[in-house]
Amino acid sequence: MVQLTLPKNSQIKEGKAWPRPAGANNVREFRIYRWSPDDGQNPHVDSYFVDLDDCGPMILDALIKIKNEVDPTLTFRRSCREGICGSCAMNIDGSNTLACTKGIEDVKGPVKIYPLPHMEVIKDLVPDLTNFYAQHRSIEPWLKTATPEPEKEWLQSHGDREKLDGLYECILCACCSTSCPSYWWNGDRYLGPAVLLQAYRWLIDSRDEATGERLDNLEDPFRLYRCHTIMNCAQTCPKGLNPAKAIAEIKKMMVERRV
Amino acid sequence: MSMRTPLAKVRGLGSAKEGTSQFWHQRLTAVALAILLSGFIILVIAIAGRPYEQVIAVLGNPFVSLLLVLMIGAGVWHMKIGMQEIIEDYLHGGIKLIAVIANNFFSVAVGLATALALLKLSFGG
Repeated sequence: MVQLTLPKNSQIKEGKAWPRPAGANNVREFRIYRWSPDDGQNPHVDSYFVDLDDCGPMILDALIKIKNEVDPTLTFRRSCREGICGSCAMNIDGSNTLACTKGIEDVKGPVKIYPLPHMEVIKDLVPDLTNFYAQHRSIEPWLKTATPEPEKEWLQSHGDREKLDGLYECILCACCSTSCPSYWWNGDRYLGPAVLLQAYRWLIDSRDEATGERLDNLEDPFRLYRCHTIMNCAQTCPKGLNPAKAIAEIKKMMVERRV
Repeated sequence: MSMRTPLAKVRGLGSAKEGTSQFWHQRLTAVALAILLSGFIILVIAIAGRPYEQVIAVLGNPFVSLLLVLMIGAGVWHMKIGMQEIIEDYLHGGIKLIAVIANNFFSVAVGLATALALLKLSFGG
């Protein structure tokens, strides 16, 4: 059955309030989810206070400032700080997005930061994405061909290349999949919006010769058909993509090959 | 604790190679019901408050009873698929299997009972 309440050891408690910076006028509160596998404590929400006059404009700037200057134990992933690596995906102000492209000024009041929802937490804001990456591997995200390789390259018309627009931009940050209720309830069997968008990216690639095989692999009540067009994926995608549309296109291909 | 690799877990028992017929039939019955229910609503408005004999006479018309039998068939099939989707979403393990079986039994029983009641009236009460 779906579990609607948190087990006792997962209930979130009020945590520590860290000191305010002295002499600062423009202070913003950051309420951040903390959990460590090492101390046997429940998760808790710590309050940090950041002087915005002495901080970059993005949420990630504030997190890095907190880690550098206030609490070095605060744990999160980050790398490119420009929205192309997907590492700093987290739940900010109630929706999944990238800390590096979300402005502090876009959030009213205290900035609430949690890890991506419904994933196992490794520590603080770091979710375990092992299953997510294995799902991506399972759709075999590479060009598959049987025709002998051409001397120079596989050719593609401009029109066919345009079909990949809105798909190739996906950075696999997992914001969409972890915002999807179907993925929450059946994430072990449902592939989720990010992986299905990637699957469609290869289904629609004019150079690929394994379209039927790819569709066979997806045709399953759980892998594909748990999508009920809830659309959280499209609403939350920090790159402005529409995974729900890609999934609908896969379903259309499924019907097309039998009707 | 399982020592299977993440990929082995994701691949699991492989693709069921079905699910599209369920998806297609849900849309098909939805379109059918949009048409059939419109006819049904008109029929109900037309016979509401009429005496029993007149209603029997209307239901005796083969086109009217065909409309109603089709509506029952499409409605029950649509209901069965919809319920199965909900069961697959929210139930896991043994209870899911029991719920799927119960849903099938219930849908067939309700469908046949409704159809028999209608046919009895159509053939003269």
